[in-house]
Amino acid sequence: MVKNVLLLDSEGRRVAVKYYTDEWPTYSAKLAFERSISCKTQKTNARTEAEIVMFDDNVVVYKFIQDLHFFVTGGDCENELALATVLQGFSDAVTLLLRGNVDHGEALENLDAIFLCLDEIVDAGMILETVGNMIAGKVATHNLDDGAPLSEQTITQALATAREHLTRSLLR
Amino acid sequence: MSQYVKKDDDRDEEAEYSPFSGIEKGAVLQEARVFNDPQLDSRRCSQVITKLLYLLNQGDTFTKTEATEVFFSVTKLFQAKDIGLRRMVYLIIKELSPSADEVIIVTSSLMKDMNSKTDVYRANAIRVLCRITDGTLLTQIERYLKQAIVDKNHVVASAALVSGIHLLQTNPEIVKRWSNEVQEAVQSRAALVQFHALALLQQIRQNDRLAVSKLVTSLTKGSVRSPLAQCLLIRYTSQVIRESSMNNQTGDRPFYDYLEGCLRHKSEMVIFEAARAITELSGVTSRELTPAITVLQLFLSSSKPVLRFAAVRTLNKVAMTHPMAVTTCNIDMESLISDQNRSIATLAITTLLKTGNESGVDRLMKQITNFMSDIADEFKIVVVDAIRSLCLKFPLKFRTLMGFLSNILREEGGFEYKKAIVDSIVTIIREIPDAKESGLLHLCEFIEDCEFTYLSTQILHFLGIEGPKTSDPSKYIRYIYNRVILENATVRASAVSTLAKFGAMVDSLKPRIFVLLRRCLYDNDDEVRDRATLYLNTIGGDGSVFETNKDVKEFLFGSLDIPLANLETSLKNYEPSEEPFDIRSVSREVKSQPFAEKKAAAKKPTGLGAPPAPTSAVDTYDKLLLSIPEFSTFGQLFKSSAPVELTEAETEYAVNVVKHIFDRHVVFQYNCTNTIPEQLLEDVTIVVDASEAEEFEEVATKPLKSLPYDTPGQTFVAFEKPEGVPAVGKFSNMLRFIVKEVDPSTGEAEEDGVEDEYQLEEFEVVAADYMLKVGVSNFRNAWESLGPDFERVDEYGLGPRESLKEAVSTVINLLGMQPCEGTEVVAANSRSHTCLLSGVYIGNVKVLVRLSFGVDSAKEVAMKLAVRSEDDAVSDAIHELVAN
Repeated sequence: MVKNVLLLDSEGRRVAVKYYTDEWPTYSAKLAFERSISCKTQKTNARTEAEIVMFDDNVVVYKFIQDLHFFVTGGDCENELALATVLQGFSDAVTLLLRGNVDHGEALENLDAIFLCLDEIVDAGMILETVGNMIAGKVATHNLDDGAPLSEQTITQALATAREHLTRSLLR
Repeated sequence: MSQYVKKDDDRDEEAEYSPFSGIEKGAVLQEARVFNDPQLDSRRCSQVITKLLYLLNQGDTFTKTEATEVFFSVTKLFQAKDIGLRRMVYLIIKELSPSADEVIIVTSSLMKDMNSKTDVYRANAIRVLCRITDGTLLTQIERYLKQAIVDKNHVVASAALVSGIHLLQTNPEIVKRWSNEVQEAVQSRAALVQFHALALLQQIRQNDRLAVSKLVTSLTKGSVRSPLAQCLLIRYTSQVIRESSMNNQTGDRPFYDYLEGCLRHKSEMVIFEAARAITELSGVTSRELTPAITVLQLFLSSSKPVLRFAAVRTLNKVAMTHPMAVTTCNIDMESLISDQNRSIATLAITTLLKTGNESGVDRLMKQITNFMSDIADEFKIVVVDAIRSLCLKFPLKFRTLMGFLSNILREEGGFEYKKAIVDSIVTIIREIPDAKESGLLHLCEFIEDCEFTYLSTQILHFLGIEGPKTSDPSKYIRYIYNRVILENATVRASAVSTLAKFGAMVDSLKPRIFVLLRRCLYDNDDEVRDRATLYLNTIGGDGSVFETNKDVKEFLFGSLDIPLANLETSLKNYEPSEEPFDIRSVSREVKSQPFAEKKAAAKKPTGLGAPPAPTSAVDTYDKLLLSIPEFSTFGQLFKSSAPVELTEAETEYAVNVVKHIFDRHVVFQYNCTNTIPEQLLEDVTIVVDASEAEEFEEVATKPLKSLPYDTPGQTFVAFEKPEGVPAVGKFSNMLRFIVKEVDPSTGEAEEDGVEDEYQLEEFEVVAADYMLKVGVSNFRNAWESLGPDFERVDEYGLGPRESLKEAVSTVINLLGMQPCEGTEVVAANSRSHTCLLSGVYIGNVKVLVRLSFGVDSAKEVAMKLAVRSEDDAVSDAIHELVAN
């Protein structure tokens, strides 16, 4: 059971979020959670490997790519590795959908894809799909008519470009 | 560094390019009109929906009319053939969560999509429809859903299954009819379909233990492909194990082999789930634990933080119950102290503190000292708590540990952290007499430079109680008087009180204290001056040094036994007049029962040799009982039982009883709650029939004046019994009261009431009520020191028993004693067991019991009972308990 999936910017502001429980009933409760989790993880280095933290009896796994921060929250007794798999799937799919340009601006440009992505990963707390390119694949088929460049490439190609982008940005 | 610079650049760009900068709800709602265009621009429509979703995501809300309007125009978009747009339509419909009458409008479109040729449409239409549908509609689409579950497209199947899981909450009877299809889906080749089907199937059969057990049996043999499904299966398996272990005495634990097999799975997720499941098995043996600990140990050195965290967290939990099993990981744990991830490091430290032996404490503390400086307060608190329990475990090491605590007390830290340290030091001082002097000095030094008023006052209060009892009380005076000079008014006032306590207790200090107190008369704060005047008068500041009398001590050290709320109302009602305010006029009836006992039970120090310190639960009750004049002559409260429920749950009146045992009396405290809002109960009493309790004689009752709705109240009945004798008996009870109707709108009760009665269940006073559970840390030593003078040994046949475990726990409950050194746990399928118990019997007699059990093939249990105590008669009494 996943409690929420968050995509925040480097200052803890929302890019796209999805909550699956009533644990944070109001908008301000949600915001407060996001702010504090962002604050707490700010100084950590979650770029190469996903990191993890206990927070108010919840387990939060997170990963940072450029100025985008990915979070997945689960309950106290949740299998940490399952949450990490969801996180991995989410960040992989976003990487693919943004064609390797994983940053805040690009994410906003393709917000529709991000929303669809969230929708495909978890349905009301139940994990739907965890494999990054499956998720991206599902989202991408919907955008076929968009004439987006993604349709011209196969998923494998996209993954390759993404990887290339990533290494380049790391080398810079 | 370059990365930081880059990030900033990004930020600037993004601020310029954000497609949503300056977005405004009104404008977007205007834009939404494009949905109504005869020529749909699907690209444009998608963008507008994205904007709407963005607004919702950023916390904007639509009014009812706005939402309805958007919803209606969105439904028009079903005409468009664009897949991307359709996806966005699904999304926004889910977000808008339309009302029932609106749902009808989209139903037909969604049903059409559900049967379309495009799988993408089908899967999503199912999810949307199930999300927004209600029971009546569900019956219409049930047929399609059942088909979808076994659809060969796995996305469609998953969508239907997941929807089924959600619908089970609202329409269980419908979803339960899908069992056959779900069962088929469990066999699916697609990994995730299997996962979803398994989850749904288990939930459908949740209440049928046998069916779940069958499901687990068949699946653990077969092949479950998806790691996620495998994890679920492990969970269900441990659930089955939990439920079956009650009636399993033969041989091995069922399914253990399956769990152990999962430890060799190729997916780490499954390995971990299995390892954790094994560690959580009830009454797990060390043989069963070993393979799980081994894989967790491997995980400790993984490169992935998540894996390390998961492993160390699980081991930390294991360390609470089986510290020895985890010691093998100590070396890996120690290397984790320097882990980048501070959560991992903290868990590693606390695990080490739990598993460490006495000799390793010093080394460990050195490592922790370096570590403390670079973790956040919340982690430090966890460490401090762990150190406190370590100190109580190894009292001999208190110097090292106390030194460590005082060091960290001096360092920077927030309030919660400092409070945790101070609390720990106070606990250690209370529990380890040798630590008192040094501990108090540490606290004194701390208040010399303490920025937290609350902590200063707490420490001063504590110092006032403990300080005068030390060998050289005078050395504390300086610290206390410094507070009077340097601190704010609140701290000054409590420093004055502390000084007075020293003065009252230590006669040699009196003249000097008087000098100091007189100086306080010139303080610029009223409270400080008032206190100084008061104390000077009560302990005799007129220069004469005389023995402080009892009343004064009572006044200085006794606690206020009147509920503060009551005092406050009485003071407010008091009008200045000739007649002075009389504190005795304040009602002592506690409005709501202070349920401190729960906390106390959790905190109850176990494994401490010390004299039978009254637990705070007893303290609370003690005060409560002493405040009732009828019972104040009964003397020291010996034991209060846990509450026994006398009513079923959810009845009109909820009543439970707490049995208070005194030397010559027994007081029953009935906690009553009235759960009917329209009623006010008055003159509530309990009529107790003690005809089956011959040795008891009713001496007093204390009725409850009024019992309003939902406010717990107490009524008491006291019995006399022969002194020191553990009299037993059965009591039946009747709740008698006058009921008055209450007008729910005004809350006012009617004038006239009707007398009524309510039958309660009966309860017993049993021998165990006369036994205090007090543990000892080293049973062997305690046993030797009691000596064989009053030892009584005898053998008993307990007849055929369900299991050895059951026999052991029956005897423990019968005696009501504290099991020591974890001997209450019976190893599975063992043929004999030794159980060590300790307790304090009525009359404050220390009792130790050594029980040896043996069981033969016919499940006949034999028991050898050896009792040692400080009193011959008590040893015999224990035997009598068992013999009866």
